[in-house]
Amino acid sequence: MIRNTPTNWTGRDDAMVENAIRRGASRRELLKMLMGSGVALSMGSGLLLRAGEAVAATPVSGGNLKAAGWSASTADTLDPAKASLSTDYTRCCAFYNRLTFLDENGDVQMELAETVESDDARTWQVKLRSGVTFHSGKTLSSADVVYSLKRHLDESVGSKANSIAKQMAEIEAVDDLTVKIVLSEPNADLPTILSLHHFMIIADGVTDFSTADGTGAFICESFEPGVRSIAVKNPNYFKEQGPYLDSFEYFAISDNNARVNAVLSGDIQFAAAVNPRSLRMLEGQSHVETSITTGGNYTNLNIRLDLEPGAKAGFIEGMKYLVNREAIQKSVLRGLAEIGNDQPVSPVDRYHNPELKPRPYDPEKARSLFEKAGVLGQAIPIVTSDAATSAIDMAMVVQQAGAEIGMPFDVQRVPSDGYWSNYWLKEPVHFGNINPRPTPDILFSLLYASDAPWNESQYKSEKFDKMMVEARGLLDEEKRTAIYWEMQEMVANEAGTIIPAYISNVDALSTRLKGLRPNPLGGQMGYAFAEYVWLEG
Amino acid sequence: MLRSKTTWLLIGKRLGIALITLVIVSFAVFFATELLPGDVAEILLGQAATPEAVAGLRKAMGLDEPALMRFLGWLGGLLTGDLGTSYVNKMEIAELLSGRLANSLRLAGIVTVICVPVALSLGIAAAMWRGTLLDRVVSMLTISVISVPEFMVATLAVLIFAVWLDWLPALSYGVNVDSLGAMLRAYAMPVITLSFVVSAQMIRMTRAAVIETINTPYVEMALLKGASRWRMVLVHALPNALGPIANAVALSLSYLVGGVIIVETVFNYPGVAKLMVDAVSTRDLPLIQSCAMIFCVSYLSLTTLADMIAILSNPRLRH
Repeated sequence: MIRNTPTNWTGRDDAMVENAIRRGASRRELLKMLMGSGVALSMGSGLLLRAGEAVAATPVSGGNLKAAGWSASTADTLDPAKASLSTDYTRCCAFYNRLTFLDENGDVQMELAETVESDDARTWQVKLRSGVTFHSGKTLSSADVVYSLKRHLDESVGSKANSIAKQMAEIEAVDDLTVKIVLSEPNADLPTILSLHHFMIIADGVTDFSTADGTGAFICESFEPGVRSIAVKNPNYFKEQGPYLDSFEYFAISDNNARVNAVLSGDIQFAAAVNPRSLRMLEGQSHVETSITTGGNYTNLNIRLDLEPGAKAGFIEGMKYLVNREAIQKSVLRGLAEIGNDQPVSPVDRYHNPELKPRPYDPEKARSLFEKAGVLGQAIPIVTSDAATSAIDMAMVVQQAGAEIGMPFDVQRVPSDGYWSNYWLKEPVHFGNINPRPTPDILFSLLYASDAPWNESQYKSEKFDKMMVEARGLLDEEKRTAIYWEMQEMVANEAGTIIPAYISNVDALSTRLKGLRPNPLGGQMGYAFAEYVWLEG
Repeated sequence: MLRSKTTWLLIGKRLGIALITLVIVSFAVFFATELLPGDVAEILLGQAATPEAVAGLRKAMGLDEPALMRFLGWLGGLLTGDLGTSYVNKMEIAELLSGRLANSLRLAGIVTVICVPVALSLGIAAAMWRGTLLDRVVSMLTISVISVPEFMVATLAVLIFAVWLDWLPALSYGVNVDSLGAMLRAYAMPVITLSFVVSAQMIRMTRAAVIETINTPYVEMALLKGASRWRMVLVHALPNALGPIANAVALSLSYLVGGVIIVETVFNYPGVAKLMVDAVSTRDLPLIQSCAMIFCVSYLSLTTLADMIAILSNPRLRH
């Protein structure tokens, strides 16, 4: 088939059109969008046809998928409680299931649970699907769920989700397929919390994780930590659709160039988290395309409110005007980001407040604010490190903008080893990096509540704390949204965290690999791609 | 063969020193590890490391004993051949290591078999025809190869042979190695990259050592007595150059076990070098120690072997 494409057309543009189709854009709107970017009408139709094909394609069964993540070590684990790297998440998603999961729109869907319900957001009833079996042949029952969830409370397990799981004060089996969860205080987000990758359901009593006995779409055939895992299709998978692949091999290639080269040469069909710098290499290739996910990952500039110079009125506001968000989005992150507005709830979150506009770049205003604060001309240190994605480049952008208005910032570059324990949260002006979290409540209680463990700017507000607790227990979506919108405004205006952009994740894949769709939980379709994708040809 | 008491004494001394070195290295590695910030429980919990969680996990992992006691326990186990278990994933170290070590040794073996004969012949040839076109070409090539860092050689090789020409697979592990041809294809690029680094060094050292002996009066005498050029170099000069050559070869080869982290990373080849890096980043003491011992043993056995060759090939040391 002859494909009529403009010379500068790339896989990224295909993805954009496909997304627009999924969102329900009409053909006319799409053509308008394409013409706006200078694509001729005749060509535009061809492109739409191709994107339409991709959306409507029917899955085919068979094939062996080889996919590579970017980090692996001997600490790789099949224990969902200990999972900490993307590689662990991907494996856990292939071998196990959660009670719920988040779909591509960020909405909660049921997986092993049939319903997760509550009248007061405090006492929850989880009804399980019947007839689901583990790979070992054992049938899923409420005892497995109770065991899987209770493990996170046991400190000797070393669960990463311990602090979130703590709110589950009571977890007990009501009958064979019903579990009752009582929370220490009301939390309407429990269905979303249960979709965290750590809350995968394992069989009752399992303590050995050298292999995985789950209900998932793939059966673990071999697993060597730091090397690779090989899995075969689960013939008794409980979902009607999928998995389509016969086998799924997953390993990590930590070097970005090596990962890109492997997907270019066809040795693997999927490379996760490709550095934007490599995109030019991928774009000329007809057999490789990219999938872009904008989630809630961001690198932010933190100014502590309780230390000089952040304690001086006007300094933080001046900084918010001095950060050139557009330059950061366009040149530092090469367009693979969405401009942020200084609060952690990203545009893919359904509680995101779109009315809260990012502050414009206004060096003159910043200058007058610095003058008022009495800091103009002072060499204020900014601590930055490779540990936080693109933080060094961002610091340069701020430093240059400062130099133009007579603010000679002293950018201090420190090593990544030990950055999180020695500099982050501690320095008066420093960079941080926050991974996506599924709910505003988790973000706010982790980062902005007065007693938050990672309160990056030492923001303290009683009103904010009260609103957070109130929204947490609300089952009324409208009221909740209104509160979250106001809280986002408070954080943007009052806290000392400058969030210039939400960074996109780019996965590179062979054009033979179909069915991959961006998911707000992260790249690799929220790490769960293995059971949804198929190989053509 | 002339094997007098002194020879055995020399060799015995050499082995004794090697053993003591091993113990010293083990302690040095232990103290260096202790200097690193954080322990295995803190690293595993990462950002989720609250004091209670760390304490709980430490207790569960049996890390509440002082580190020195744990280290001495590990050292005691080593004497009985027990390498211990990994803190991080509870697997037997022996099991974790065996696969990786086999991979590393296989790669090192292939490189050795190819490199040593090629490097020695090129070095000797360059020395024999010193100053000719051959010598100059070989010298220039070795210098340029030494000057190019291996990550560049590796990445360029992948770009050219795997991406553009599509002759070889970009990864060396996990690809199909059922037939001899497939195996050769899989190993071709890492072997070429390593050969570049390793043989350049050997060629230069061999050339220098042979030239030095050629310049000695007794070789000149052999030439004056009418020995052919071949005979002069191979029979008169080479045996006396064996010591330095063996040392150069040993030094180059010892690099192949622990020092190939870049090649392991670029070709995604699971060897022991990467295992050591993992172990350090997770502060997995028994694994760090075991890897360090392997590197140390391979290094010591190679240099000891080279010393023995030097001793046996040198009548002055032998008697």
